[in-house]
Amino acid sequence: MKKVFKTASEALDGLLKDGMLIAAGGFGLCGIPELLIDALVASGVRNLTVASNNAGVDDFGLGKLLATRQIKKMMSSYVGENAEFMRQYLSGELELEFNPQGTLAERMRAGGAGIPGFYTQTGVGTQIAEGKEVKQFNGKDYILEEGIFADLSIVKAWKADDTGNLVFRKTARNFNPPAAMCGKVCVAEVEEIVPRGSIDPDHIHLPGIYVHRLIQGNHEKRIEQRTVRKREEA
Amino acid sequence: MPWDRNQMAARAAEELEDGMYVNLGIGIPTLVANYVGDKDITLQSENGMLGMGPFPFEGEEDPDLINAGKQTITELARTSYFDSATSFGMIRGGKIAAAVLGAMEVSEQGDLANWMIPGKLVKGMGGAMDLVAGVGRVIVVMDHTNKHGESKVLKECTLPLTGKGVVDRIITNLGVLDVTPGGLRLVECAKGVARDDILSATEAKII
Repeated sequence: MKKVFKTASEALDGLLKDGMLIAAGGFGLCGIPELLIDALVASGVRNLTVASNNAGVDDFGLGKLLATRQIKKMMSSYVGENAEFMRQYLSGELELEFNPQGTLAERMRAGGAGIPGFYTQTGVGTQIAEGKEVKQFNGKDYILEEGIFADLSIVKAWKADDTGNLVFRKTARNFNPPAAMCGKVCVAEVEEIVPRGSIDPDHIHLPGIYVHRLIQGNHEKRIEQRTVRKREEA
Repeated sequence: MPWDRNQMAARAAEELEDGMYVNLGIGIPTLVANYVGDKDITLQSENGMLGMGPFPFEGEEDPDLINAGKQTITELARTSYFDSATSFGMIRGGKIAAAVLGAMEVSEQGDLANWMIPGKLVKGMGGAMDLVAGVGRVIVVMDHTNKHGESKVLKECTLPLTGKGVVDRIITNLGVLDVTPGGLRLVECAKGVARDDILSATEAKII
């Protein structure tokens, strides 16, 4: 079966439905599936629930899908960089489910691994625990969190082979592997697709079994907080 | 004289021991890295990195290499990368020896509030709830009072909690306090700050 598609829009063809749950990789603007997000904007699909650690910035990443009001609900841990997000949330136009960052990552990983729920100490005694089952293990309280089973995963990797084996680069890996794992279908965008056999099998970060469709494209890779030091400080 | 930001960071760095894996929060905690001296400390960045290096030289920024504050950083010879689920596995699993975090409020029971002000500031907890629940030791670094001069060390937190009973030590511009079963214990005063100065600036009970 051929996994490689020409464009992001072609790769998403037939997969989109209003009201669907999408898991997206990325942390801040690092390692986000920017081409697939643009294709979602162009598709006009609506009422989306998006599980993603952050919500982009106003004019880049998931911020674009917020600007067009295609997102109904976000499941995130930190949304502080996006003024339009804040406006929609405070005016009640957008639903927001805060998840502690590690809980969100584990909910995705668990969903992908067929685990519908797990207990964690994270959030015990806080708002996050409200309405959740509490269970004691070895005298300590833990809360029940549920696995995320997404309709679609969109992720960004550095390199892929044509069978969908993925290699990530530096901290751009972040949420991409767990997000990829938890979707019924996963579409990945990469900077380079190489022939099978040209990546050392021991160096593959995410096996192609999790990746159903694949595109290669040019990425802007915008930097959110450019911080540098002066040469003389070295 | 109360400690300034850098002196607070230097004091927090004294808490770190050779060989520790440590997570530093955003703000003053980030400065702690400048004061670890010869100690062999490995910094974790919860977006998926152990062995965080300094900021890059101008022109060498890499959009694929950022810290949890989304700032461009560099790697070291010891650096490893991993995904977010693995990263929080090591946090939740107690592999990270200590976290140094900022705070809006801390209570005398060690409750911590640092993620939201209802109706005003709704940014999210990021990884803070996982860190305080999982790491070996939680050290809070913050100003002792807010901009209105009110104590940030309270009998009970008024803001939504990040964690309940999770703080071990509080380092403020006035001194160092430990959370103990009987209440807060004054460990150290900043140079020129008297015990009475700290007592009068603190709403919580100091035993």
